Amino acid sequence: MSNKSLVSINDLTKDEILELIEKASHFEANPNRNILAGKVVATLFFEPSTRTRLSFETAVNRLGGRVIGFSDANTTSSSKGETLKDTIMMVSNYADLIVMRHHIEGAARYASEFAPVPIINAGDGANQHPSQTMLDLYSIRKTQGTLNNLTITMVGDLKYGRTVHSLLMAMRYFNPRFNFVACNELQMPIEYKEFCQANGIEYHEYKDFSQEVINETDILYMTRVQRERFTDLLEYERVKNLYNLHNAMLDGSKPNLRVLHPLPRVNEISYDVDSNPKAYYFQQAQNGLYARQAIICRSLGIDC
Amino acid sequence: MTKINNDSLAVAALKNGTVIDRINPEVLFKVADLLDIKAIKTSVTIGVNLDSKKMGKKGIIKVADTYFTQETLNRIALISPQAKINIIRNYEVTEKHHVSLPDTIVDIVKCNNPKCITNNEPMPTVFHVVDRNPVTLCCHYCEHKVQQNELTLK
Repeated sequence: MSNKSLVSINDLTKDEILELIEKASHFEANPNRNILAGKVVATLFFEPSTRTRLSFETAVNRLGGRVIGFSDANTTSSSKGETLKDTIMMVSNYADLIVMRHHIEGAARYASEFAPVPIINAGDGANQHPSQTMLDLYSIRKTQGTLNNLTITMVGDLKYGRTVHSLLMAMRYFNPRFNFVACNELQMPIEYKEFCQANGIEYHEYKDFSQEVINETDILYMTRVQRERFTDLLEYERVKNLYNLHNAMLDGSKPNLRVLHPLPRVNEISYDVDSNPKAYYFQQAQNGLYARQAIICRSLGIDC
Repeated sequence: MTKINNDSLAVAALKNGTVIDRINPEVLFKVADLLDIKAIKTSVTIGVNLDSKKMGKKGIIKVADTYFTQETLNRIALISPQAKINIIRNYEVTEKHHVSLPDTIVDIVKCNNPKCITNNEPMPTVFHVVDRNPVTLCCHYCEHKVQQNELTLK
């Protein structure tokens, strides 16, 4: 593969997704390799995100590369009014690859158009976060043995949840069946339901997080319902505990069911679920390391 | 080639130039902005709320001694898709055509998402046309959709 930026999961073909998953499984088998020796990767976090930054930096370090960067834009010239373009051009002089997170939407796409080095989008506002989607896909493939013909139940904040939207779109290649479980205020937006219809994807919507829905599920994708998303706080108080998962709710579930969550969780998954072998969210985060190692090598054109 | 009947014209005939006819009168001045009429030094006639058999009321812009690129004229399709272009040479209409929306719109429309990079950096906007009737645009950068009735020109 040649040098390539990764801005959106939608930029990847089915074959490219499958190839990245394959590479990620090689990194899982052998995560410490010296294939980035002599390479410098810049992690530019214009918006703080400790979890994502540590994951990318660990990915580089375990492959023998070096990391420069910042974790807070207040310490950089962008706080003095420097344009994004100037910051990216300056850093391009030093690094072979830029991993960037920005609160402004489209920032990574724009940077990828003029930067002389590849750009990996580590999240641009509410827009895209492709490495999260890659680790979700990798986790699904790893736990189910396939990405094809799965029933995926998404629960919680389906309106604003960037991760569920990207995952939904990436799954279009694999004939999924979706259950959307959410309250009135946080329903899956119409544009994603239209996307399902246009791609022949079966979906069902529920307001109740019921046993029947859980029992037919292969992947239970939980998300956090955030108080600040509600215009009506009475509605929040009414629904805040309706979409929480407790261990007993998994009693009748399929043996292959796994519970995923992009983290951080608050109380939408009870702590009694953690010891259930079907809980997979911590391994899911760990898989992020391998998925990001695969993405970094793809961007640098390193055959691994 | 059609000879224009001067008697039927509410505004003066052109010897040479461009007539943009059948403009939706509600967006006439936006169309003038799109064509950057303010910067034109030759004579320009703007007619608004003229009677039209097809439209009821229409707007018209006549620009003497000026021929626009097709790309510029196609911008009009964003806000007044039924507009019609007449190219005049020596008092005769030598070409007539409709405007048609290109697949990509560069630096004409503003993105309505305040958190979009195009509203935070000195850079051109880029939109992809995802639907033509009614017009729906998708921002190339933040991927927000803009509908025809919420279009803001830069």
